[in-house]
Amino acid sequence: MKEQDLKKMLRFIFILGSLAMLLVISMIVGTMLIQQHPEWLHALKENHSSKNNISNQQENEPNEEVEWTPEALEAVGLVEGEGLQLVLTHCTNCHSAKLITQNRFTKEGWIQVIRWMQATQGLWELGDAEAEIVTYLSKHFAPEARGRRIPLEVEWYDL
Amino acid sequence: MSLATMASILGAEIVYAKQMLNDYIPIGINEQEDLKSLGKDPALKVLNDRPWNVETPIHLLDDKVTPAEKMFVRNNGQLPKRPDPGSWKLTIQGESVKSEKSYSLSELKSKFKQFTFQVTLECGGNGRGEFYPPTEGNQWGQGAVSCANWTGVRLKDVLQDVGIKADAVYIGYYGTDEHLSGDPKKESISRGVPIAKAMEEETLLAFQMNGKDIPLANGYPLRLVVGGYPASVSGKWLKTIAVRNKVHDGAKMETPSYQVPIEPMEPGEAIKAENMQIITSMPIRSIITYPKSGATFALSAALKIRGHAWAGEQEVSKVAYSIDFGSTWTSATLEKPVNRFAWQHFEAQIKFPKKGYYEVWAMATDDQGKSQPMVVPGWNPKGYLNNACHRIAVKVT
Ligand code: HEC
Repeated sequence: MKEQDLKKMLRFIFILGSLAMLLVISMIVGTMLIQQHPEWLHALKENHSSKNNISNQQENEPNEEVEWTPEALEAVGLVEGEGLQLVLTHCTNCHSAKLITQNRFTKEGWIQVIRWMQATQGLWELGDAEAEIVTYLSKHFAPEARGRRIPLEVEWYDL
Repeated sequence: MSLATMASILGAEIVYAKQMLNDYIPIGINEQEDLKSLGKDPALKVLNDRPWNVETPIHLLDDKVTPAEKMFVRNNGQLPKRPDPGSWKLTIQGESVKSEKSYSLSELKSKFKQFTFQVTLECGGNGRGEFYPPTEGNQWGQGAVSCANWTGVRLKDVLQDVGIKADAVYIGYYGTDEHLSGDPKKESISRGVPIAKAMEEETLLAFQMNGKDIPLANGYPLRLVVGGYPASVSGKWLKTIAVRNKVHDGAKMETPSYQVPIEPMEPGEAIKAENMQIITSMPIRSIITYPKSGATFALSAALKIRGHAWAGEQEVSKVAYSIDFGSTWTSATLEKPVNRFAWQHFEAQIKFPKKGYYEVWAMATDDQGKSQPMVVPGWNPKGYLNNACHRIAVKVT
């Protein structure tokens, strides 16, 4: 092998080595940065999900914890109370909370609805959350006794 | 709408807005806009916007033929994206077809004779909100009903073209509405009717409503239209019909969905699946669409009332009204249906004896002598078939 060829080869190995080092360093730095700024990943996810906005796709798992404004809660008929956060996490993924707040059941009744969704609609096991969810629902959305027909609710106007 | 605009409308900061997923866009802000984008009158009542369940206030059902923007919506799954009608195919398959066959929309339109019928479509759960103890699901008032002109081809003609075997007992439909969980293996709803019902003259594969494309939320580009039965058998976004050699077993055919007790039961009681049966004909019902409840007027004026009456698979033979809580009844004038399964129109002029608060009640009777009950009828676990007579309040001054 000529001396010149050997020099060429050594230079090549050196360049390759430095490139590999650079890659490793940037990976380490990147991981550290993302650990400090997790919202960067959320931003990525948000971009992705907003593309699916129209088809309204959901994942079949509980929601991340998010905070609702009082106005947003009122719009779907939910009220503050112990267990609310669990309801938001487990019960607003597939359908709007409006489907929940239209209904009125006892504890047993709410458990029955949950069992029906678990058996037929793909609702997951709620574990420890179930008791608190059922307590919240049966406290705030309990049946009110009424007769065979209730008085009409009237908004008067001139005909 | 951007989060920033939304926050400014709410007049409050949306906490953790960055983490807010699509699902969390507060409802109520967008509701009216969304109704418009669905092609619906913003005055309709949204019971649920995911999935869409939208009721028509009774006074907005005054038209003889329900316009698209006033037709109620009962979706069980996600609203499909607007499909390309050019590539739409309907497939007829199942144990009891001689061989599977598919048709494009243009093949359906050109190959078979077209018919138009006015068909009353009513949700099986219409009136659910009045049951006590409360029953599961959307708490409908009495406005989950419509009667539009449906144009299409007879299902019977298409099934005869495919060729069905002698052992056929039922048909089942499949549409393109994805399950709410997003799980592609799950069906939102896949119901059906006995083969004899499928073969009726008026049972249509409809591609037009009131002479136009069917609204997306009501089944564009193709839906089944089966008169007299709960509207849930009139499958929307229709892709497949299975001709079955047994009762169809798709989603929401199982107990207790669209089933009622065989024997009358005590309200709130538990019941075994074998004691329930699938709903067939809807019960008789009438609604007063004019005036809107709450009218005040002078004693000297006579009150004109009008509305519609229908009776599932039967015909309505009489509508009467009462202004004294059912003590006395007076007949209204009643029109014949334009065809089988179309609702019928009634009207009357009422003179009130003295000033005060009145309720006008309407009660229809069918050709077999069956009338509407004045109170909520037999309780059932899912709150179907409440056909208690409709009431409006008026004040004579
Ligand atoms: C995996 C999806 C999923 C989740 C999560 C879920 N549901 Fe449901 N739920 C459904 C479906 C599907 C329906 C039927 C919707 C329809 O037909 O309009 C339903 C219907 C209901 C109904 C009406 C019952 C009926 O018979 O239609 C109530 C009440 C309800 N859900 C409450 C809840 C509560 C409370 C939670 C949380 C514990 C919850 N849901 C979580 C899928 C889900």
